[in-house]
Amino acid sequence: MTEIRLRDVRKSFGSTDVIHGIDLAVASGEFCVFVGPSGCGKSTLLRIIAGLEDVTAGAVEIDGEVVNGTPAADRGLAMVFQSYALYPHMSVYDNMAFGLENAKLPRTEIDVRVRHAAELLQITDYLRRKPKALSGGQRQRVAIGRAIVRDPKAFLFDEPLSNLDAELRVAMRRELSALHAKIGGTMIYVTHDQTEAMTLADKIVVLRDGTVAQTGTPLELYNSPDNAFVAGFIGSPRMNLIEAVAEPGARGTALRAGAARIEVPPLAGLAPGGQVTFGIRPEHIAMGAADESDLTATVAFAEQLGGETYLYVDAEGLPQLTLHQPGQVPVRQGERIGLRFDRAEMHLFDADGRVLANGLVP
Amino acid sequence: MAEAAGPSMAPGRLMTETRGRVRLHWTDVFSYAYLAFGVLLMFGPVVWLVMSSFKTPAGLVEFPPTFLPLGQIEVTVEGHDDPLLLFDVTMEDGTTRELAQIRRIGIVSQMIDPADPTQTFRVPIENREAIREFRLALENYIDPLERFDFLRYLWNSVVVTTVATIVTLLINSMAAYGLAIYEFRGRGTIMIFVIGTLMIPITVILVPVYLVVTQLGMVNTLWAVILPGAATPTGVFLLRQYMLTIPRDLIEAARMDKASEWTIYWRVVLPLAMPAIAVLAIFSIMWRWNEFLWPLIVLNRSEVYTLQVGLNAFQGELDVQWHYILAMTVVTLIPVVVVFAFLQKFITTGIASSGMK
Ligand SMILES: Nc1ncnc2c1ncn2[C@@H]1O[C@H](COP(=O)(O)OP(=O)(O)O)[C@@H](O)[C@H]1O
Ligand SMILES: [Mg+2]
Repeated sequence: MTEIRLRDVRKSFGSTDVIHGIDLAVASGEFCVFVGPSGCGKSTLLRIIAGLEDVTAGAVEIDGEVVNGTPAADRGLAMVFQSYALYPHMSVYDNMAFGLENAKLPRTEIDVRVRHAAELLQITDYLRRKPKALSGGQRQRVAIGRAIVRDPKAFLFDEPLSNLDAELRVAMRRELSALHAKIGGTMIYVTHDQTEAMTLADKIVVLRDGTVAQTGTPLELYNSPDNAFVAGFIGSPRMNLIEAVAEPGARGTALRAGAARIEVPPLAGLAPGGQVTFGIRPEHIAMGAADESDLTATVAFAEQLGGETYLYVDAEGLPQLTLHQPGQVPVRQGERIGLRFDRAEMHLFDADGRVLANGLVP
Repeated sequence: MAEAAGPSMAPGRLMTETRGRVRLHWTDVFSYAYLAFGVLLMFGPVVWLVMSSFKTPAGLVEFPPTFLPLGQIEVTVEGHDDPLLLFDVTMEDGTTRELAQIRRIGIVSQMIDPADPTQTFRVPIENREAIREFRLALENYIDPLERFDFLRYLWNSVVVTTVATIVTLLINSMAAYGLAIYEFRGRGTIMIFVIGTLMIPITVILVPVYLVVTQLGMVNTLWAVILPGAATPTGVFLLRQYMLTIPRDLIEAARMDKASEWTIYWRVVLPLAMPAIAVLAIFSIMWRWNEFLWPLIVLNRSEVYTLQVGLNAFQGELDVQWHYILAMTVVTLIPVVVVFAFLQKFITTGIASSGMK
């Protein structure tokens, strides 16, 4: 079992700083997902752990040992590349055996391991084929198989599902989850897709422009985002984020945004006149009668999915809001509806995007 | 161009392709005329060479020249041990007869009728004309191969070409690996140096290289020909450019797979660079097979002559044995033609994909 730790890791390419000091611990046997928008440095961080890229400053530790100077081959990690990187001139069997041959394992041992991994991934029938003769999903399995046979200290995945079609991606996601349950092992998985992160991870690390925005379990991030970036990034459809100004109100404070005025309980750190951003997830907005609503809005667009309904509504002076309602909601385009925000599920961020409160309850 | 339309068409259709539906368009006429001219220009000399290589020395200097190699017909006549040459003779009465010549005395030749050996004639030589038929002077080939040890030269050439090509491929691909894939400080500078050597003409380094070869005691061994040209900047450049197109992920996957640099080179990069290797192999074979100047300098004993140097030996100071030179030139052409014919596809695709012109 393997623990991986990063201490103040920095990386520059020439004069461009890409990673700005990251501290991170991945516990033994944990499925850790790095998620963030494209270009935020996820791959770079993974490659630093793999040993394919040197750090500019800081330390990478594997099981308490600093491995900064250790070449990739000697770190005992296995990596699955986004492009799969299967050797095109070798059969599936040889692709999987290559790493074991380099480790000078006896032939019989190699054979046992390759066949075992092939069975696990259900690719036994293709062992003699060249990668060219495989579909995307099959190639993906071979790439994973190549990592498994090595019995590595930890697995590194760089967006392994991004080249698959939507349906296959969901299926492979489930298989990866099952695989982790079966073989255990520390896994670090990079993706830009928050759904993948939420479904796979024991722990999510949200990256933004080369820094860690927040670390936590999927539901911690969902329920208690540390900042507006994480709040907006995690969850689909996105949380509604609305800029507002704090004012003195009847029950303590009120948030003024456009034509709306939302009464909230008094809060520490929320001074009248301050610029804030509040967030509310689509499922935490209730439809109601106009008199007890926080604001009224016009339905711009409704997605009736049968089991659930998404509404996109416009209100004066506000960005378009998204609503998620269970079941079927009989509204038409252009209809005016009243909206009420669930105070206990509202998130409040200061002008710099740092969280002031997750849940506005007295 | 015909090339561009070629691959998708059956050869038969390609040869009779026209632009107009039914009748020949004027562009067709022009294209075919142009192509025919091209074929004549390229192939004419080669065909002439092959034809001439089968002519006797006398046939070669004949004027006007004949296209086909010809030889005079001989007949055996009763009462004469040696076969006699046959002529068409215009008799004094104006009739023509076929007569065989017994001997020639000055401007008169003594002749006999092969059908009736009792009759002899005395004929002025301007009244007779040799009767000739198509005949190959195979001795042009057999003599040099048997008497002048040309088989040995052929063998030397084969050894030089094969060994040199293998060494060239190995050394050049290793250098290209270093310059394309292995990462180290100063890689770009070294690449510029390698490319820079392209600008130094061989004549400039002829003497220094000769001195080195002499110091190493390699003069008059085949190694003297094989080694100095083994590392070619052109080859290194060609292979490097190709290797740069190999996805970096593959190399990194191999690194993660605990492959040593040698293993990455030998088991991943080399197999993937095969198209470029094939192109370089073809070039190397042609360069080495046709190489003349350097072997001429370092090979001074006939046991180590290559074909090209051996050919030169027929060119004496006073007389040139054209019939042997022509015949042996044909022999030296054969391997190059074979290589070209079989690997032509590789050359075009390889050059296209390696970005070299
Ligand atoms: N070898 C490199 N040289 C220069 N810049 C690089 C290099 N690799 C990555 N970058 C830059 O670093 C940033 C992060 O890249 P990357 O880690 O690939 O992002 P992602 O999160 O999409 O995987 C990008 O802006 C990219 O342009
Ligand atoms: Mg990436």
